Amino acid sequence: MATIRCDIVSAEEEIFHGQAQMVIATGEMGELGIAPRHAPLITRLKPGQVRVQLENGEEQFFYVSGGILEVQPQVVTVLADTAIRAKDLDEAAARGAKDEAERALANRTDALEVAQAQAQLAQAMAQLQALERLRRSLKH
Amino acid sequence: MAGAREIRTKIKSVANTRKVTRALEMVSASKIRKAQDLMKASRPYARLMRQVIGHIAHANVEFQHPFLVARKDVKRVGYVVVSTDRGLCGGLNSNMFRKLLVEIRGWQDKGVEVDVVCIGQKATQFFRRLKVNMLGSVTHLGEKPQIAQLIGVIKVVLDAYTEGRIDRLHLAYNDFVNTMTQKATVDTLLPLPPSPELETAHAWDYIYEPDAAAVLEHVLTRYIESLVYQSVLENLASEHAARMVAMKSASDNATKAIGSLTLVYNKARQAAITQEISEIVGGAAAV
Repeated sequence: MATIRCDIVSAEEEIFHGQAQMVIATGEMGELGIAPRHAPLITRLKPGQVRVQLENGEEQFFYVSGGILEVQPQVVTVLADTAIRAKDLDEAAARGAKDEAERALANRTDALEVAQAQAQLAQAMAQLQALERLRRSLKH
Repeated sequence: MAGAREIRTKIKSVANTRKVTRALEMVSASKIRKAQDLMKASRPYARLMRQVIGHIAHANVEFQHPFLVARKDVKRVGYVVVSTDRGLCGGLNSNMFRKLLVEIRGWQDKGVEVDVVCIGQKATQFFRRLKVNMLGSVTHLGEKPQIAQLIGVIKVVLDAYTEGRIDRLHLAYNDFVNTMTQKATVDTLLPLPPSPELETAHAWDYIYEPDAAAVLEHVLTRYIESLVYQSVLENLASEHAARMVAMKSASDNATKAIGSLTLVYNKARQAAITQEISEIVGGAAAV
């Protein structure tokens, strides 16, 4: 029985790799079943299941929240996204990053930093005093 | 014995500091492993991504994505700066910032303006004091950073690049060489430098769904994201390694300080005893 190698990876981890009889995924233009010696193909994936039929007839399911499917005659590669991606969600994330930068620029005298500096100053003063006393007592 | 007691308190306080630095050292030592595992896990994705880009770029010579084309006239450059959230990691951040400052000065001398996006608290704190334009920032990524946390900042710079507000994009981070060595590195993200892997010869082309341009756009964006993500992981491993080394030397220094303080303490104690004896002897002689 002919098989095809299947790699499913995301940017954060390797999810699956092994031999398969058939790989079924939800492409942007519709459901795809990839059998061995499929013509080279590349497509974006919609959020959904990737089904891998193993050599022994067993079937494994993986959920992907989008990504890219690449097919070559001997190998299928699924480059899965780890997060749900949509244009407006990405926009919101970008806005969040901008806001964060603006916030960082706005409070230049961070209350926390002032507190830290004060604590360090107090510590240094105490050490100086201790040293001074030490020096005096050693002189006697 | 007044002096002796003060020295004793001092010894105690140094010993307490040593406890803290020892603990930090051991915590970092165990976290390095996890960070390295994360690094390893993210590699196959980037490798497969590069292959796919190589295929597409080679099969479609007539179609040029803006990410792949170098612009002649550079008016503004962008930097993605990856730093740590916390301090106490030796010169890790400051070495990288120093290297970056030299580059930024170089650009500014040529009349090129510089935009930055910051990943990590330290970079954010550093760059808000400088006369550069901060486009975006993200902090507190934690011990297991996720791509989802980085989407925002990456989109900000990629949009800036596509819209022509920046003409080049660089990525600055600490490359994890090994536990003892971390190298401050500045890489070029955009335009994507042609790598040998992108030059492999192929006589075939894909079937594209929906079309080559859309797929390439998608793949390139994900590729940039995975590069930034990997650099974040490299930086995380570097952070723990640098902290471990810094804390080890701090613990060693504390041990040394305790040694010399103990010497002073013993001398003071000896002096006090000698003085007491001579007083007693003197007193007895007087009677």
